[in-house]
Amino acid sequence: MTQFEEQAWRLPRRARFSWLRPFLLVIMALVAILLQVYLPLFFQYLAYLEIPLLVTVYFSLMRRQPVVAVFYGAGIGLVQDSLSSNPLGMYGIVKTLVAYFAASVSQRFDVDNLTVRFLLGFFFFFFHQFFYWVLARALLGQALDFVAVQTLLFGLMNAAVAVPLFYLLDKL
Amino acid sequence: MEYLLSRYRNLAVLLVVIVAQLVLLAYQVKGNQEARLIRVWAVSGVMPLANLIEAVRGSTVGFLKNYLALLDVRSENQRLAKQVQKLALQNQYLKSELATADRARALGAFQTRTQSKTIAARIIGTGTGANSKVVFVDVGSSRGVTKGMAVITQDGIVGKVVASYPAASQIVLVTDPGFAAGVISQTNRVHGTLKGQGHSTCFIDHVQNEEKLVVGEWFYTSGDDRVFPKGLPVGQVRIARPGKFVQEIYLIPSGLQQGLEEVLIVIEGVHGSIPDNPETPQSLQLLPPPQPEPGADAGQPAGMRGSLTTDADRLAERYRKIGAAQGHVFGEGLPGSKPPDFNINPDAVAPALPKPASPPAAPKDPSLRR
Repeated sequence: MTQFEEQAWRLPRRARFSWLRPFLLVIMALVAILLQVYLPLFFQYLAYLEIPLLVTVYFSLMRRQPVVAVFYGAGIGLVQDSLSSNPLGMYGIVKTLVAYFAASVSQRFDVDNLTVRFLLGFFFFFFHQFFYWVLARALLGQALDFVAVQTLLFGLMNAAVAVPLFYLLDKL
Repeated sequence: MEYLLSRYRNLAVLLVVIVAQLVLLAYQVKGNQEARLIRVWAVSGVMPLANLIEAVRGSTVGFLKNYLALLDVRSENQRLAKQVQKLALQNQYLKSELATADRARALGAFQTRTQSKTIAARIIGTGTGANSKVVFVDVGSSRGVTKGMAVITQDGIVGKVVASYPAASQIVLVTDPGFAAGVISQTNRVHGTLKGQGHSTCFIDHVQNEEKLVVGEWFYTSGDDRVFPKGLPVGQVRIARPGKFVQEIYLIPSGLQQGLEEVLIVIEGVHGSIPDNPETPQSLQLLPPPQPEPGADAGQPAGMRGSLTTDADRLAERYRKIGAAQGHVFGEGLPGSKPPDFNINPDAVAPALPKPASPPAAPKDPSLRR
């Protein structure tokens, strides 16, 4: 087993998120949603930057507690739903699933590794978009198109943003 | 059961949360109702922050823009100053061009009006010498200009050609000390000789002290010098005083007062007449006579209302009415015929048809004699 694989599959002994106080969680979530609401006013292509998703993934990865992550993801998703034109629950369900899986994965991987962070950011963005598309078609009957190539490209963009964002959040 | 819950606690929580949201979703979709409370909370929590960020952003951007704008103020000020200077020069140039066009138009009008045959010329240079009042024009012998021709403008005489070259001619101005021309005053027809003095004022020589001349009187060319056609304006007398032998008369030549850029060279001069009426300054504008006040001129003749009248005018109008009332035409009565009665009141008598001055001739038919 290589050094990377050893680092990647190393099991964490305890959660590293204990220092993160509850109010900071709320502030992070608010700032993430604010950026998603505000930045596309000036940079239209930044509407595809899912910062709330990245924050959810980060919290879930660092907290390593699926139950807490589920509620955190559900909360952020519901706030996102509130600011959208969709019925409440669409983003909530998707982000709940993302948070749960991220928290579950964090128990198997070394999430401090930059490559792992990049790959997880890319994977969870793709998963988030795909699952939202499935839910929109299945539950709401919306005829949305899923452009895989475009989603992959935006996944790369979000993954590229995730690495420095996670690093920044590490310093908080 | 406890074992199952503890073993699958995470999954159970996930399922509970997912199911709860699915119920919420189904409630909204099926009942077409909205969970407004959650939206109100979310919007109330997020939008004030967005508002605050926008305010901070606007202030920051505004401050930075103003600051950056101030950084460019000095260079922009210098650039604008240069631009203003350039525009001022351009404006001056356009004004000069406009004045030139006006002068050229006036000169052209004068050229068509005058009887003498002239050609237009443009001043292209000046002569050398401190007191020398000599200029060069852009037409020469190739255009028919020869030595001794008069040079004029619509305002008066300018000088005469002293040398002619193929492409240019040399003109001595009226202010040159060597210039002389015969002149005559407008009102009193006083003859004299115009002489330049090297500056803006000219001297009129050979006017006797006994001859009557007033300041302000116009001098015209007399034609005696055989250079300038008679009747061209020369200038207005500024100073006229008795001298030791002859009067000391100074005038400012009118041909040079408006500047000198374009002139006319008289190729074939035609003598004109000295105008009887005094020159009216071109810049003086006369208003029409005022309207008479109501009833102020009731006693005036009908044809003369609104204008100044004298006793002679009123008497002539009275005689005209008397003649009209008795059918008499003044100036047509034969000697010995009965004159009209001048003692009647012309306003009280209706005008009669005019009677022939002489009775009609008797018919010559012999049958009528019987």
